[in-house]
Parts: sequence; C-alpha cells; structure tokens
Amino acid sequence: MTSRRKPLLRLRAPIPRRLHVGAGIAFPLILLVAWWWVTASGMVRPLFLPSPQAIVMEAWRQIETGILWRDATVSIYRIGAGWLAATVLAVPIGILMGNFRLVEGTLEPLISTVRYMPVVALIPLSILWAGIGDTQKILILFIGTFFQQVLMIMNNTKSVDMTLIRAGQTLGFSNAEILWRIVLPASMPAIWDTLRITMGWTWTYLVVAELVAAQDGLGRRIMDAQRYLATHTIIFGTIFIGLLGLVTDYLFKLGGRKMFGWSEGQR
Amino acid sequence: MTMKLSIRDLDMTFETEGGEPLNVIEGIDLDVAANEFVAIVGTSGCGKSTLLSIVGGLTEPTAGQVSIDGQPVTGPGRDRGFVFQNYSLFEWMTVERNIDFALEKSKISKSDRRDLVAYYIAKVGLSGFEKALPKQLSGGMRQRVAIARALVYKPSVLLMDEPFGALDAQTRGMMQELLLKVWDEHKATVLFVTHDVEEALFLADRVVVMASRPGRVKSDITVGFERPRSYEVVTEPEFGKLKREVLQDIREETMKMMAGAGS
Repeated sequence: MTSRRKPLLRLRAPIPRRLHVGAGIAFPLILLVAWWWVTASGMVRPLFLPSPQAIVMEAWRQIETGILWRDATVSIYRIGAGWLAATVLAVPIGILMGNFRLVEGTLEPLISTVRYMPVVALIPLSILWAGIGDTQKILILFIGTFFQQVLMIMNNTKSVDMTLIRAGQTLGFSNAEILWRIVLPASMPAIWDTLRITMGWTWTYLVVAELVAAQDGLGRRIMDAQRYLATHTIIFGTIFIGLLGLVTDYLFKLGGRKMFGWSEGQR
Repeated sequence: MTMKLSIRDLDMTFETEGGEPLNVIEGIDLDVAANEFVAIVGTSGCGKSTLLSIVGGLTEPTAGQVSIDGQPVTGPGRDRGFVFQNYSLFEWMTVERNIDFALEKSKISKSDRRDLVAYYIAKVGLSGFEKALPKQLSGGMRQRVAIARALVYKPSVLLMDEPFGALDAQTRGMMQELLLKVWDEHKATVLFVTHDVEEALFLADRVVVMASRPGRVKSDITVGFERPRSYEVVTEPEFGKLKREVLQDIREETMKMMAGAGS
C-alpha cells in the first residue's frame, strides 16, 4: 500500500491534531533546553539570566512559605474585581452604544480619548481618589480594562444582522426587548470572546496596579525583587502570571464552547 | 370597495453621503385586495425593498400614506408578517423556539401555542426537526422556518422580500410550490418582492413592474392562471407571453438606467 505524504506547509491546510499539540509543547521545551544550556555553560551570568533550576527552587520556596498562595489569591481577587466591575458596566453601555446612534455619538469620542491615556500616569490620581488599599488597585485594573472593553462590545453588538432586529420589530417586540432578547444573545459569542481577550489585558495591568503602595500580590513580588536584583524571583513571577492567564483563557474558551454551540463560528 | 392594502402618493427620499437627496420612491399608488397575491419586480435599486419596508412599518416614508383595512400604518404591527431574504432566524433557538417566539405577544394559552407551533412545523414540512438548530439546516429549510414564523401569528398581510433569492434553482422551485400550497389553505394578502420574473408570474395574481430612479409603478399586469397552480403552468404559451411583456418592461428600465449612468 502506498501512503501519500501530506505536505505540512500548504496554505491553511489542516494538519494532524497530535502534531499541532505536539509542536506547541515541543517549542517551549526546546527554548527551555536552550535556556538551561546557556546558563549551565556559564555563558550568561545568573544575575542576568538565572538557570531553570534556580526558578524551580524559587517556586518551591514560595510555595513552601505560603507566599505564592497569598500573593496569588490577593492578585486574583483584584483582577477578578476590576475586570468584573468593568464588565458589568461595559456590557450594557456597549450594547446601548452599538444600537442607539445618540448614545454612541455622546460617549464614543470621550471613551476613545480616555482609552489612549496611559494607565500608569493615572496612579497618583487613583491614590488620591481611592487611597492606598485594594480599591486603588481595582480602580487601576478597571480603568485599564473598561475603556477598551466597552468599544469592543459596541462593535460586537453592531455586527448583529439588522434583519434580526427588524424581525423582532415585525413580531411586536419593544426596543428594550429586542436588545435584551435578540441583540444580546445574538452577539453573546462575540462578547464572550471580548471578555476573554480583555481578561488577558487585565492580567497584563496587574504589575501596574500593584506598583505603588502594595504589600502583597504577584505584581508586588516582582517589583520588590527588582530592588534586590533577585532575577529568579522576577522571572518566576512573570512566568507564573503568564500561566494563570493561560488557565483563565482556557476556561473562557471551554465555557464558550459549552454555551455557544449554536453559533456558526463555534467549533 | 375598500382595499385591504392601499398605498397613496408614496414618496421616499434618502440623504446620500454627499448630502444630495436621492429619490428612491416617487408617487407610488397601489391597491391590493384582500387575499390577493401581488409580486413586485424591477431592476435592482428600483426601491422595491424600500417599498416593502415602508409597508412593514420598518421605514418611515417622506410623504404619502400606507393603510391596511383603512387604518394608516405608523409602525410595525402584528397584522403584518415579514420574511426576509437572509433567513433572519435566531441562531441560538431551536426550530420550535424560533416559531414560538413569534407567539409571545399573542394572548393565547401555552397549549394553544404548542399546538400552533407543531401545526406550522408540519405545514412547512419540518416535522422531525423541531429540536434542530438553524445551523444544522439547509438554506431552504431555514427559509421554511422563517415562513412558519411569519405565518404562525396569523397576520392578514404577508410581506416577502426576495425570500428565495439566496436558494439554488431546484430548492427555489420547491419552495414556491410550498408557499402556494400554504397560501391556498391560509389565505393572506401577499406582497412578494423578487427579481425573478418567472417566480413572480408563477406565484402572483398581479405582477407590478417598478420603474427606477425614482421608483414608480411602471406597469401592473394581471396573471390569470387558475389556482391551485402546478409548476407546468410555466410551459403554457400564455405564460411565455406574459413573461416577454414583463421582461420587456424591465429591460426598458435597465436601458434607461444605463443611459443615465453613461451621461
């Protein structure tokens, strides 16, 4: 029997699933080996790049002393609260902006401007307004998330086919009913994707949020480590934040697949 | 005799991007009797979809009036059902729920609702697909759901905007026959917009040809084939004669448009 070999580099052609997953695991492993090699061979000083073993030791130290657990819970709480506050406001406002030209015209210029303001620059103001407790961190995460989120959600609801709205009108539904029962569910897969992406952005703002006046948190640990040039702590903290982000992303995707099986775009 | 649907001196002007007014419809007068099936044909851009949208109450005309049973139309209402070209189904609802959704504003009992939904699902030949999602259906099946949804609350006027335009030729023929069968049993006044002349002649009692830019009624042709019609009607000489007549009218308009575009 002759088996024809499938070329792997054909444009957009599917490849075996095992290969797809395998490549995604193999590449970081190769990087890891390269990393180990440059540090073990003494090519790079540990101050600039500590060895992978040093990172694992650091991880173990943080787990054993309970620091990691404390930092993680505090940070996850802040991220969850900031993101949730942004979402609770952004979904209804985004839907209104996407469907009433008046609301869009009123809010869009302002939101688009705020969106470009550097969040770091708002730290002094946020302390002035919200003190130095958790509220200030949550506020920073909120600002970093909300203004992006609301514009994306506006666009998500705009892409709902106009004839669905017209169908609702001919069936006798009111504006509020059409937004709540037609536009929202129709755009929910896209909104969910926006929520997933913006959750990633909230994670990236964590260090900024914990830059000033924080005693704990994953971001704080990294900033502290900078003072003592504890490179291994910095690298471990960064990787750990990345991993937590990856887990949230996966959970979102899983939830989306469960909830929006009806959508053409979902596989 | 009062007409079921009457359109008087209808004008529709849009503002273009450049700020210039675009006359889409100008001075349309049209009367449709109760349970009459009227097809509207014309070149693309002749305002036939806009006309339908105005009758549906989804677009407000610049001037003139549409009335149904003598009552002026001021917005969408449940006396009219609408079928759109691109299915417009609620993708997150099953076939059954899509149709039932149309009954939410009807003041009838839950069990009556269930019965009506089941009845119309059977009527459009979708028994067995009650729990299917739209994405699992073919284009023709989706449009059958849309037709059932537009009929289930028993509107007296049915507005159809190129409902079979996106279907392949075989499916389209079957859908036309299905529509006639359903319509024969549950009479309604139908305004049916299409660019397919054969479809118009096969389905309708009257074919209204619209002139373009601005949209006006160019000709109003009575189609006298007896009902119920079978698809063989398209092979009759009279059918060919009417088809030639309608095509001639449309062609004149197309030529005018092209000459206008060239100047």
